[in-house]
Amino acid sequence: MNSVILSSSYVLVHTPDMVIHNGSTQNTERVVNPDSEYLKALPQHIRSFEQAVAYAPNQVYIGNKTPNFLNSLAMPWYDKPIENADKFGRFGQIMPQDEFYLLIQACDVFDVVNLEKNFVAEILPKFKNNPLIKEDIALRVKEGKDIDFIENIVNNEHGEGLYHNNKLVGSVTRGHDVDVNLSAHVLHENLVSKASSVLSLLQLIKNANIDANDVEYVIDCSEEACGDVNQRGGGNFAKAAAEIAGLNNATGSDVRSFCAGPAHAIIMAASLVKAGTYKCVAVTAGGSTAKLGMNGKDHVKKGLPVLEDVLGGFAVLIGVNDGVHPEINLDIVGRHTVGTGSSPEAVITSLLSAPLERVGLKMTDVDKYSAEMQNPDVTKPAGAGDVPLSNFKMIAALSVKKGQIERKELPIFVEKHGMPGWAPTQGHIPSGVPYIGFAVNDILENKINRAMIIGKGSLFLGRMTNLFDGVSFIIQKNSGKKESEAISEDMVKEFIAKAMRNFAESLMGGGNYDK
Amino acid sequence: MSSIKDKKIIVIGDRDGIPGPAIDACILAAGGQIEYSSTECFV
Repeated sequence: MNSVILSSSYVLVHTPDMVIHNGSTQNTERVVNPDSEYLKALPQHIRSFEQAVAYAPNQVYIGNKTPNFLNSLAMPWYDKPIENADKFGRFGQIMPQDEFYLLIQACDVFDVVNLEKNFVAEILPKFKNNPLIKEDIALRVKEGKDIDFIENIVNNEHGEGLYHNNKLVGSVTRGHDVDVNLSAHVLHENLVSKASSVLSLLQLIKNANIDANDVEYVIDCSEEACGDVNQRGGGNFAKAAAEIAGLNNATGSDVRSFCAGPAHAIIMAASLVKAGTYKCVAVTAGGSTAKLGMNGKDHVKKGLPVLEDVLGGFAVLIGVNDGVHPEINLDIVGRHTVGTGSSPEAVITSLLSAPLERVGLKMTDVDKYSAEMQNPDVTKPAGAGDVPLSNFKMIAALSVKKGQIERKELPIFVEKHGMPGWAPTQGHIPSGVPYIGFAVNDILENKINRAMIIGKGSLFLGRMTNLFDGVSFIIQKNSGKKESEAISEDMVKEFIAKAMRNFAESLMGGGNYDK
Repeated sequence: MSSIKDKKIIVIGDRDGIPGPAIDACILAAGGQIEYSSTECFV
């Protein structure tokens, strides 16, 4: 039987100082143009935590508003804060940077993270008050070091600084004197990814209301790589995060395919559960420091706040069919193959219409499509356009070409089957998966029957292939049958064998056909 | 618009728009010469 989506979680971490100190756009600018006007102006364009919480797309991400709400809000959205916005939402929370630094230290098992002792003393009570932070994690936070110790690591030992309100409050020590794969920069990036994945997993366990020990396998689908000089991408982020999140019965592994990673991972998780290999699988991903302020130059140039100031994280829990939760239909898996080609039409056909046609469905039979759900408030000022809208127009155009809708119905199709984007531009984070939480609710509330999640990945960025990548899958209303009620092939064979034995005996005059 | 036949072309494709290889195919069909081609991700 198809496996089901039991729960999901969506978290954000507001990281204003990391935008300045760790974003790749800013780091590159410091190298090539250290005295640039952009770097001078940047601090005046950084949002406060309260502003990030009140930002409508962030409220949608954590589930306090629906995607449809954004349709009623005229763009731009950054200057229309939500009144009385809550940092806690239906799907997750927005964690402030100071608490997150303590979580990073809780995730550090090699003593590379050091925090300044006064900072720890000030933030620890607040950290402990976070409903997701239980005693086992709070106890992992160390007392802290003198600022001299931290300054020495950053200034003389090739360490990475942790800043809060533009003040040095901690450091990440390099893991090796020579190996660049264990540099403080790489360790910092990986610890951030791990910590935001841990936050997503903790939120998932809470949302699903299960025992953490019920999870048997974890798949990490972020875009970072951990390893040393001899195994640059050795992994395993999944198991490392599961350890801190207390998933003691789980093992795990990492799945990578740039932004397509989450869709691949969910298809694999659904397959593992359907095959009976594991009963309960969590797919998780933390956020990317490199992408913070990625389009900052355009935002600053246009007088906007730097809108890429949050890390994203999500997790999805997939389990055995319970007859209630929405199913992942593995009979309708779209795939961009090596031979598909790279034209937009070929890509969209392979991911959308081809898998639907295999089971006799039309494009209009899918109630909602979720492809690239990047927030257009971020991308439009940077000249990258409205990515979700472009995707939905392409899907509608293919429906016209297939003769499934009239050309004049194109805008209606986009409105009915599409959504405005709300996810931060964190690569894998906006890729199809932001809608899963809403899709599960919409299906359970009988608002829709079927949604398609589409993941697309830019493999060419790794310089190993010019190929594009993508996979898609369908989430659908549960048929109502539980795994335990289903009849297995072995049971069918047993029924037939018994019936044939009875029939044979009746022919021989045994007369017990009805036995 | 002038013809691109025999012109040297630099191609920057967009992963969420028209990717480099698709533009390459059009340019080659029209007789242009591709000096450099890549696809970039802007999101």
